[in-house]
Amino acid sequence: MAKPGDQYKWTELEPGFVVIEPGSATEYKTGGWRSMKPVWDESKCIKCGLCWVFCPDSAVFQKPDGYFTANLDYCKGCGICAQECWPRAIKMVEER
Amino acid sequence: MAEIAKKKIGIEISLAVAEAVKQCDVEVISAYPITPQTHIVEHLSELVANGELDAEFIPVESEHSAMSVCLGASAVGARTFTATASQGLALMAEIVYCASSMRLPVVMVVANRSLNSPLSIWNDHSDVMMVRDSGWIQIFVENGQDAYEHIFWSFRVAEDPAVLHPVMLNMDGFILTHTIEPIEFWTQEMVKKYLPPFQPKYRLHPDQPITMGAFGPPEIFTECKMAQEQELRKTMPIIEKAWEELAQVCGKKYSAVERYRAEDANILFITMGSVGETARVAIDEMRETGERVGLVSIRLWRPFPLEQLKAAVKKAEVLIVIDRAVSFGGPGGPVASEIRNALYSEKKRPKITNFIAGLASRDVQPDDFWRIVEQAKEKVSQGKEDQFEIYGVRE
Repeated sequence: MAKPGDQYKWTELEPGFVVIEPGSATEYKTGGWRSMKPVWDESKCIKCGLCWVFCPDSAVFQKPDGYFTANLDYCKGCGICAQECWPRAIKMVEER
Repeated sequence: MAEIAKKKIGIEISLAVAEAVKQCDVEVISAYPITPQTHIVEHLSELVANGELDAEFIPVESEHSAMSVCLGASAVGARTFTATASQGLALMAEIVYCASSMRLPVVMVVANRSLNSPLSIWNDHSDVMMVRDSGWIQIFVENGQDAYEHIFWSFRVAEDPAVLHPVMLNMDGFILTHTIEPIEFWTQEMVKKYLPPFQPKYRLHPDQPITMGAFGPPEIFTECKMAQEQELRKTMPIIEKAWEELAQVCGKKYSAVERYRAEDANILFITMGSVGETARVAIDEMRETGERVGLVSIRLWRPFPLEQLKAAVKKAEVLIVIDRAVSFGGPGGPVASEIRNALYSEKKRPKITNFIAGLASRDVQPDDFWRIVEQAKEKVSQGKEDQFEIYGVRE
């Protein structure tokens, strides 16, 4: 959608709320759902990328230095990355 | 008026309905057999198997899947048909709401049957009342010719680019579905003239990706529902135009609210579906005795024809609403509740009585209308017209 959902009038919606712009789900920031956020300990991280593979929201990305982090606009704090990280480099920390 | 195939053919109404679906060149049919709907889709599966109808017939394991397949087929732009009844409609209900909210113009026949329990395969309107608020355009038919012709009408209305709402054609189980009637079939030229090809506004196609049935969080859900409500309401002129043009093709004039000897009637029956035909017989008999009775048969149930109904009943003194379903613990039958609501703010309104009759195909015969009139008069004279009655129950 071309603008955030709360700015649409009912007359501006396509019939059946069809979304005609591909990829527009990026407009919808789901990070607000989060109560815990993942924090990487780069001294333990071996850059295997399992966190990137398992993130169901594709919120984990690789930084230019090869380590990983999460885009907090979309990370819902599910903790799957921390669960799957076998070197235990990811800790879920309460949001404040 | 175009040439009509004047020869009438005696045929079971379910088969005539299936033939109409074939004449519409439907592209996808998905259904699960359930009494009393089965003959419709059984005949369609034969037509596909025989090569008489070039369509995909997709057998599924449940009605939930049947409607899901119909959604997918309609979303890619196929003319899509299904039929069900009762428990099947109940199992399908989740997806019934999706079809209308996603504005997919599926056409479905509901061969009306009561909901269990106790187990009943017989006819009443409890199944359709369960999905009354689903956002489908909903019509009732009174006889075989009516059912046959409203298949064409249903596709015509559903697929109109300014409509795009699914249409549910309600026909009384057994009373209509299993009756053999003489039907005047349309020629293929008539169908072609009346029903243009389906040109979807949106369709799922890899060349132009879109999302249907998207996520609707609180900040936009209300706007979605407002749009759905307003756009369903706006279909009324197109619905009426589709009846006018149907009359030009076959000569029969249907309308949202059918009237029979209603102009000068003091007492008006309000019915939906085949019981209206019996009411007509009773009205003719009662008129012989000088009783000024008439009929208003509601053909269009959704969108509700508020103005047409008000105009049809404004001169009457007493309305007798015949409901074919119970709203347990409610203020009356579902039709009577809506009629009361519709007329509440009228300055002059008739007394509204309500009789729930014909549950699970308990016969409603002309004599019953005589008795109902007497009971209605008694209720009105006692000021008890607001108390609904389950008619004919053994005390």
